Amino acid sequence: MKVTFWGTRGSLPSPGPETLEFGGNTSCVSIEGSEETVIVLDAGTGIRKLGQQLPETIKKVYILLTHLHMDHVQGLPFFAPLRRKGVEVHIWGPASTKLSLRSRLLRYLSPPLFPISVREILSDLHFHELPSGMIDIREFQVTAQMIIHPNPTVGYCIRDRGYSVTYLPDHEPALGVKSFPIGEDWTSGYNLAEGTDLLIHDSQYTKEEYEQRVGFGHSCLNHAFRFGELAQVKEFVPFHHDPTHTDEMLEGMIANTVRDLKPSFKVTPGKEKMVIEVGGNK
Amino acid sequence: MTQKEIEVILARQLAEYLAVAIFIVDTDGALLYYNETAESILGSRYDETGPMSANQLAGIFRTVDQDGQPLKSEDLPLVKALTRRQPAHGSLWIEPLNGGLKKIAVTAFPIIGQANRFLGAIAIFWEVPR
Repeated sequence: MKVTFWGTRGSLPSPGPETLEFGGNTSCVSIEGSEETVIVLDAGTGIRKLGQQLPETIKKVYILLTHLHMDHVQGLPFFAPLRRKGVEVHIWGPASTKLSLRSRLLRYLSPPLFPISVREILSDLHFHELPSGMIDIREFQVTAQMIIHPNPTVGYCIRDRGYSVTYLPDHEPALGVKSFPIGEDWTSGYNLAEGTDLLIHDSQYTKEEYEQRVGFGHSCLNHAFRFGELAQVKEFVPFHHDPTHTDEMLEGMIANTVRDLKPSFKVTPGKEKMVIEVGGNK
Repeated sequence: MTQKEIEVILARQLAEYLAVAIFIVDTDGALLYYNETAESILGSRYDETGPMSANQLAGIFRTVDQDGQPLKSEDLPLVKALTRRQPAHGSLWIEPLNGGLKKIAVTAFPIIGQANRFLGAIAIFWEVPR
């Protein structure tokens, strides 16, 4: 699987000279499978660039949304394939108790928040609500599960030919836990991340910042590393960087945490435009 | 090991911080967790009993009516919440593991998560002064 990072920032786009290396676009990752199908994870502002890179001949697009907070859907109307007639776009996202996924997305994709309504989008849109167990998308097997974050939020594990990528961009598994972690069965996201080849995980805060923001739905780097250790992941990508964190701060935070915790897994800082190849022939 | 559903994890985390006794079971009535306040009423620590099946649970924590007669399981508020998937309330007597008989009031409700997933039930209970 070829994993490409189009946006690694959390909460708010943060362009500028101090974020050039890690990037300023919000959450969007694409995964190209063994048969060249492309899955898109979240539709933050990074999705605009991905849309430009996809071939104009593409006929089917698969978008998996973790939740509908603005930093994960803001780029959707700027995703070029959505504006093309004849393109089939499938969007998965979490169910809620009242409104459908389509209705909730419509709140953003309509005036006055956005000038174009979802009804004017030319592509053929299909909405699918989660959790619904396992989803088969061509060569991929996708597992979705609810995880700890305010408002319904799912995490994903994407498998192809025995390899897996787990995507938990907004996740606070340490919420309310007196000494994190307390065990596999009581840890949010564990089933999705157990033994995964690549974990992309929320690492928004420093330890000190987290103490002031408990319940905001995000992890500090320290908790994210402990989660990765518990799940025995092979490679870990710190992701969903705080908009106030500069390249210099992020490099320092990650290097210090690696030095202090000595993780058993490989750590690859989440940077925009980065590509990671997961697996080969198993 | 299978991870619990997120609503059950959050229920435990809330229970750990509450001063009212809380008991959490899965859809089959198997014990998943009880908090510190429940420990003092039940006379045993969760760390010692751990999770257990519904049958084990019934054998360990005996419940009786005001005449000392064993209660039918279907009369227990927690079982009603599980089977009817509706809140239930009642009073009963329990024999704690450390002996004696305590009258408790119980309010139980089903855990129904996002997308109407039925995940178990929670009982909130307190000792009724004699």
